[in-house]
Amino acid sequence: MSDTQVPEIMRQGKIAPWLYVAPALLIMTAFIVYPGINTFLLSFKNADGTMSAAAACVEGEPCWGILENFRYALTAPIMLNAFRNNLLWVFLMVGGTVSMGLLIAVLADRVKYEALAKAIIFMPMAISFVGAGIIWKFVYAYGTGQVQIGLLNAIVTKLGGEPISWLSEPAFNNFALIIVGVWMWTGFCMTILSASLKSVPTEILEAARVDGATEWRVFWKVMVPIIMPTIAVVVTTMVINVLKIFDIVYVMTGGNYGTEVIANRMYGEMYISHQSGRSAAIAVILILLTIPFMIWNVRRFRAQEAIR
Amino acid sequence: MTSDRIKMILSGLPTHVVLIGLCLIWLIPTIGLFVTSLRPFQDINQSGWWTALAPPRGAEEYSQTCASCHGSSGKEIATADLTDPELIGQYSRSIKLLALLKQEVEGQPHLQDAPMPEPQQAADIADYLKRISGIAARPRFTLDNYIDAVMGYRGTANYTTDCAEGEQALDLNCNISDVMNPRGMGRAFVNSLLVTIPCVILPLLFASFAGYAFSWLDFPGRMLLFALLVGLQIVPLQMTLIPISRVYAQLGMNGTFIGIWLFHTGFGLPYAIYLMRNFIGSLPREIFESAYLDGMSHWTVFYKLALPLSVPALASLAIFQFLWIWNDLLVALVFLGGRKPVLTYQISNMVSSLGAGWHLLTAAAFVSMALPMIVFFSLQRFFVRGMLAGAVKG
Repeated sequence: MSDTQVPEIMRQGKIAPWLYVAPALLIMTAFIVYPGINTFLLSFKNADGTMSAAAACVEGEPCWGILENFRYALTAPIMLNAFRNNLLWVFLMVGGTVSMGLLIAVLADRVKYEALAKAIIFMPMAISFVGAGIIWKFVYAYGTGQVQIGLLNAIVTKLGGEPISWLSEPAFNNFALIIVGVWMWTGFCMTILSASLKSVPTEILEAARVDGATEWRVFWKVMVPIIMPTIAVVVTTMVINVLKIFDIVYVMTGGNYGTEVIANRMYGEMYISHQSGRSAAIAVILILLTIPFMIWNVRRFRAQEAIR
Repeated sequence: MTSDRIKMILSGLPTHVVLIGLCLIWLIPTIGLFVTSLRPFQDINQSGWWTALAPPRGAEEYSQTCASCHGSSGKEIATADLTDPELIGQYSRSIKLLALLKQEVEGQPHLQDAPMPEPQQAADIADYLKRISGIAARPRFTLDNYIDAVMGYRGTANYTTDCAEGEQALDLNCNISDVMNPRGMGRAFVNSLLVTIPCVILPLLFASFAGYAFSWLDFPGRMLLFALLVGLQIVPLQMTLIPISRVYAQLGMNGTFIGIWLFHTGFGLPYAIYLMRNFIGSLPREIFESAYLDGMSHWTVFYKLALPLSVPALASLAIFQFLWIWNDLLVALVFLGGRKPVLTYQISNMVSSLGAGWHLLTAAAFVSMALPMIVFFSLQRFFVRGMLAGAVKG
């Protein structure tokens, strides 16, 4: 984002530049800036946005005054559960997508059908969450009768186990949903990591191999350190994505059976409980959570650009 | 020499096994959906999709119990031709079939030495007999689910059967106009196109203007403004829905295409401007200088030079924007809802109202996935290039 110097000779009027920027500026102000500020202010208001949030306080119960919505968002049991689930999502989905993406990128680099393999892994990115939701609901389908039409339960019963209702059983459902997320986003990590792997100079790899290093050591001691900056960017980008995860949960369980995440709470408070103040407070918290990763990501990205 | 080659192939073997295994795991869920969407609805709930090519239900029981006398085709005994629909029609229920099997035929037990089938087995045999006699004949694969999904058929049989028998539902006419039935995927497909196309063109256009201005025009505070606009990427979409839908309600714009076009344009712009500025700004400076020396105006330089040169960036942006909007559920749910149902809305509606109507759901899901898959596979390299050009939106 370094300030490119506009050539001296390319003069223009004072108004002309603004004409080029105006359409984008107007639409973004109307559709992002204005509603964003509006929501920020709503987070300090009560359920229908008419009074201060403090109005919702009940005598004798804890109250944070104007920050009452934030008290709810940070201490209510249902919210704590959502935060816990989101933490699980961040660890498992980021870990899953990045490690699988790296594994596939490394393996695909060594075979002739690289393009095909990568296209297969990447394909879920083109599918909507609704489509993916149906694909995986069918995999997880649970029949009470003898016939299991869901692939997973068919395998379980074939191996002599009892069929499991994957999406409503609290011991499994969060993992079942996270697997869908990994399925959808591994292609993204794979593509970026693969491009980065290909930029590792072959002379360095060859030199290590000539010196007698095993493939395993070449990977951990040579490849990984070189592509570490890219891995870091992919990890932070994924963390930001996973913090905002919404559709998978919405389509597959609707947030029932203890699977809710923060973004689903935000939607639920808004459109089901009609608590716009609480919903706005959750949105503000979500932004605050993503900002550090965002800043770190931009810094890292700029540093990388500078090296290039 | 050959032993070296064998050694090389063997050392590569684990790579192939793991990679192909992973590819299969990635593919199988989608294949399951596709196979299911092509099976007759009666079969979908009776057996897993992986048995689609296996013998039909009851075939094994039939060959154990009946085939020794009636033959594998069922026609061996001329006086009791099992492919005769009239005969089978009398014994189509398993109770009647069992009763018949217990009777004696010409003084001999009907089944001779074979054991009497269990009730479940008898039901399977009855099902099989209905199949071979033509009473309930059905192919292994059919396109009926797609027809039903596109037309928005909600009955208990399928669209073509009902229409052939003249039993159409209230909202169906049994002619080509059914493609536009508001409950069907055909109408939703058209609506999705009407939403998506302007939502791809508008942000691209406005972002190109802005990208050019931020690269080659000088005005006070342009870097700050650029940083601010790009920084708007962090605002989550859900945060803006409530205020906008309130404004739309006052203006009467809820449920209109123009409302959703403007909203998606606003949210597509931060990333689009970021990408366009980086691309246009990295074009060789000499081209622009010489064009200006030749006396070209900024406008001419923009649409004769900058725009044609940024086709690669425009292509990857277009694909991103297309996939994002085509696949969006939330915005369509809030701003269009049931008034102008798009594909994702129609499917999520089917999930909640149909429960386990897998035959319609799987076909509908594939209708919605077809276009993005085609776009993705044909334009994959632009997509990848756009993704590598910077962080991805999300």
